[in-house]
Amino acid sequence: MLLTLSWLLPVAGALLLLFIGNADGRRDGPIRWFSLVVTVATFVVTLVVWAGFDAGSSEFQFVERYPWIPAFGIDYYLGVDGISLLLVVLTSFLSPIALLSSWGSIERKVKEFSIFMLALEAAMIGVFLSLDLFLFYVFWDAMLVPMYFLIGIWGYDQRIYAAIKFMLYTMTGSVLMLVAILGLAYLHSAATGTYSFDLLKLYALDIAPQTQMWFFLAFTVAFAIKVPLFPFHTWLQDAHVQAPTAGSVILAGVLLKMGTYGLLRFSFPLFPEAAGYFAPALAVLAVIGIVYGALVAMVQPDMKKLVAYSSVSHLGFVVLGICAMNIQGVEGAVYQMLAHGVSTGGLFLVVGMLSERRHTRLISEFGGLKAVVPRLTTAFMIITLASIGLPGLNGFIGEFLIMLGAFRWDPRFVVVAGLGVILSAVYMLWMFQRVYYGPVTHEENVTLRDLLPRELAAVVPLCAMAFVMGIFPTLFLRPMEASVNALVQRVQETQTLRAANEMQNARFKMQTVQRPMR
Amino acid sequence: MIALIPLFPLLGFVINASLGRRLPKAISGGVAMAVMVASFAVSVMSVWDLAALPAAERTIEQTVYTWIASGDFILDLTLRLDPLAAVMILVVTGVGALIHIYSTAYMHDEVDSEFARYFSYLNLFAAFMLVLVLGANFLVLFVGWEGVGLCSYLLIGFWFRKKAAADAGKKAFVVNRIGDYAFVLGMLLLLVRFGTLDFQRLASIVAAIPPENGVFGALSIATLLLFIGATGKSAQIPLYTWLPDAMEGPTPVSALIHAATMVTAGVYMIGRNAVLFGHAPETMLIVAIVGALTALMAGTIGLVQNDIKRVLAYSTVSQLGLMFVAMGMGAFGAGIFHLYTHAFFKALLFLGSGAVIHALHGEQDIRNMGGLKRYLPVTYWTFLIGSLAIAGVPGLAGFFSKDEILYETFRAGHWILWTMAAITSFLTATYMFRLVFLTFHGERRRDPGSGIRDPGSDLMPQMSRHSGSPIPDPGSRVPSHDVHDHAAHDSHLHDAPPAMALALIVLAVGSAVAGYVGVPHALGGHNALAEWLAPSFQPPTTVASAPVAGGLQASGEEALAENAGLELTLMTVSSAIAIVGIAVAAFVWLRRRELADALAARFAGAYRLLLNKYYVDELYDATVVEPIRLGSQEGLWRGIDVGVIDGAVNGTAALVGAGSGALRRLQTGSVRAYAGSMFIGVVVILGYYLWR
Repeated sequence: MLLTLSWLLPVAGALLLLFIGNADGRRDGPIRWFSLVVTVATFVVTLVVWAGFDAGSSEFQFVERYPWIPAFGIDYYLGVDGISLLLVVLTSFLSPIALLSSWGSIERKVKEFSIFMLALEAAMIGVFLSLDLFLFYVFWDAMLVPMYFLIGIWGYDQRIYAAIKFMLYTMTGSVLMLVAILGLAYLHSAATGTYSFDLLKLYALDIAPQTQMWFFLAFTVAFAIKVPLFPFHTWLQDAHVQAPTAGSVILAGVLLKMGTYGLLRFSFPLFPEAAGYFAPALAVLAVIGIVYGALVAMVQPDMKKLVAYSSVSHLGFVVLGICAMNIQGVEGAVYQMLAHGVSTGGLFLVVGMLSERRHTRLISEFGGLKAVVPRLTTAFMIITLASIGLPGLNGFIGEFLIMLGAFRWDPRFVVVAGLGVILSAVYMLWMFQRVYYGPVTHEENVTLRDLLPRELAAVVPLCAMAFVMGIFPTLFLRPMEASVNALVQRVQETQTLRAANEMQNARFKMQTVQRPMR
Repeated sequence: MIALIPLFPLLGFVINASLGRRLPKAISGGVAMAVMVASFAVSVMSVWDLAALPAAERTIEQTVYTWIASGDFILDLTLRLDPLAAVMILVVTGVGALIHIYSTAYMHDEVDSEFARYFSYLNLFAAFMLVLVLGANFLVLFVGWEGVGLCSYLLIGFWFRKKAAADAGKKAFVVNRIGDYAFVLGMLLLLVRFGTLDFQRLASIVAAIPPENGVFGALSIATLLLFIGATGKSAQIPLYTWLPDAMEGPTPVSALIHAATMVTAGVYMIGRNAVLFGHAPETMLIVAIVGALTALMAGTIGLVQNDIKRVLAYSTVSQLGLMFVAMGMGAFGAGIFHLYTHAFFKALLFLGSGAVIHALHGEQDIRNMGGLKRYLPVTYWTFLIGSLAIAGVPGLAGFFSKDEILYETFRAGHWILWTMAAITSFLTATYMFRLVFLTFHGERRRDPGSGIRDPGSDLMPQMSRHSGSPIPDPGSRVPSHDVHDHAAHDSHLHDAPPAMALALIVLAVGSAVAGYVGVPHALGGHNALAEWLAPSFQPPTTVASAPVAGGLQASGEEALAENAGLELTLMTVSSAIAIVGIAVAAFVWLRRRELADALAARFAGAYRLLLNKYYVDELYDATVVEPIRLGSQEGLWRGIDVGVIDGAVNGTAALVGAGSGALRRLQTGSVRAYAGSMFIGVVVILGYYLWR
């Protein structure tokens, strides 16, 4: 029941809001508080799930299953494992923060805004919890609608272009995925006589390698667009730049992880042989994205665009870790997903706070703010450092594990990916310097106000989380360990193509030890 | 207990970072000093405990918790005190505490909140530096390594309103990151290859395999990558360019971070992994060559710089180069010995220069100084002791350590490297005494427009950009002094206030006597420091008396006797070099000032080359920085991203739109047109079936 509650709670909140009249904006305050309370309650529910989660087991837990459309073997089927658990918690952790961040900037149609935000949260949680592919697809597409409106209604000047671009890009991927999902159900019926969308049953399906290729590509293109993997990334900066702060926080913090989550949950374990075949190619795209995203981020004049491109770079690491398909690679990937949610969500938050104050996102419009807004500066600095992977903060753990995993797979990828680590310091610190250091260059900036208590309430949890994740990573690594282990084994055991592929790389592989690395 | 050593400064950071802006200076400064003194006290007690153990068992270990656990990779946050770490923590906490004390006076003109911010950074630095030297494995070391880099960034840019300071901070961080990239690759290679990052375990494993003589195998690659990391942190070719710029930071910061402690981390790292490097002779040779080249290059630049701190900065680069020569020769003990003595005299020299700058209200150009001996006696005499020590005048700290490096280099048969190191020593003595004479001797010169000028004053226009900014940024520091012009009245020149004088005097005593822990056998000593350090350079399983892998430390008694003659000869040579160097400086800059001008004019090309630091910054800008920036902006972003990829996306959309538009025209809404097309369609289909 807890899992259903975790996505139904925001839906219930949204439905309730529908019936509250707020034509003249008189009830804006109560509506804001109400939706905040709903998201906080959702967060508490997901924490209860975490508390009851058995970290030693790789099985799906808190499973709920009811027949939905029995004729096609479609079930309402939910469950969490170590991978989805933390992503659900991330979602419910970021939602109240995103809502809080909107209090100062969203003054139009507050009720509708809150409804869309709650609906978005419900759909995102649903995506992570679904174990039935049809149900997954329903949530997946349901997620697009509120995001579309959030960008299109509350966005900046080019919001319509951005919203439509976002929609078309993702729908293209979704359609491919839908065809593949239906195809899988058909394959299941061809093998067993009944349709099924049950993920675990489909895992057990024996699919011919040639068939796997097509399915893998269909799923992976959908996910690659979402990640976004180079060269499918150009919707991202438009969507980010045009989205309101809360939208950007959720978009960067959670939505992008749908893509990498999909790779982990569907593409790789469903089609392991195809995954083994395509992994090097994917990894090449990932490392191109790491360096490319960082280089393009470096020269952006717009802060939000800069952060958007930095996401291309950071998510490239995640894909690289997944492609490595060993314990450190995948754990690093999941960890980086969480860490990126915290730090990039945080970056959009603080950038949003700046642009709300000045109504511009151009770096050149700022300068010398350290003397004006010391608290905001500190928060920005912490999040910046988290983002560039300073040891002791969240970003380092994921990056290091990914690099370790990838190094064990094929060191060449790490040699290139590592450049992203250098460049991240360049673009982030350069932005920081131009915004906060030097003399105050614009008259208007002299009177900017520092963080309000409400803004502190949004920023402090993120900064604190950056430290907790950097100092006590085992808190988050332990719950995912069993599930990641099971996943890696499932993929590797069935990978015959992969073995051949590794032979090919043998001369780049080093002799490595088998005993525990301690 | 050893965890307390970094925890105390961390506590100071937390207090000053959270409450500091509301605390008066006495309390925030007091807290910062107190935690450093406490940390020093714990260090002394820990080292005392360590010394009580038998030589072969001298390690104290404390595992705080398991930091990362992912599958078969498990990493503990472990601190380990051994003889090498002992030397380092005493230097860091001892010199660190003195510099904290000095800073309370030096930074006194800052407002309360800035004062607290300064001390919170300084405490944080000390905490990370202590983690760096106490870390028992590469990843814990790396935490400290990156952490000190962060603090360096924050402190260089402390006067953030000044663009040069902010730029310098960023440059330091980014250049270090380039080194760290290689460092991380080196770590990963070691981890994947040997299955551990723990220093002792690595040493045991590597000790069991044969050295990579003549082959450039995994170990050579890994150690070379680590060394590239060290060139970033310790400012060696090719990554040294950040250190001179780092002088934009407050002077006590330059003393602590950019002279005594952080920049020596690379040398320490090699010492920490003596067994690994010892098994990679090819890498060792590269280390020594890079060190020697850096030492020589920086020494020549130091000869002509006019900013008091920049001279010292290039001197630091040069001395670090000498330490790397020692490390590369396998004379790890000699390298660490020089690191240790250098911490005293270089910190002293920087603090002395700080006292000068403080007295002159921000003036850093030695061409505007002169004759300060009279006004700043404490500063002068301590600075002189520091200069004598670094020059290698017999009896003072630098003499013993530098001599040991020269001796070991010569004995290893690398006479080219020895010659380079000897020339470096000569240059050191010369540029240091040029600094002493121009700053403290002669007549007082007030501004560049009048009085005696430094050689090559006709070249000043080119210089203003490159030799740092002699003009302090108004409003950024010493605000209270900017109101009225003190500098015009020499009677207002104040020598170092008590807190600063204390630090200067203690460090001067250190610079004088610190060398006596390493008196060589040839002079009747028994090189206690080398003996103390020896176990740290060997794999943990071997007995203390076994020879260092690839090293030259522990030769037998007979060998010592044989070499005593050689050592004495070399010692005489290096003493002579120091004295000649000082004499040359005295002759040129004290007696015959016009000679310097004449030389500069005669060799204008060479002079300009040195003054502009061989144009290396310009070279990097032109070949690396600008191409990447422009390529990213015009090529990747405007060209590929917006042009090609997004162009394709929007093109597809436009194509679909145009296609739909064309199709839309079919939807004319005219019933007759529909009927007509239906008719044609039926005819075509029927025709197909009929004539098939």
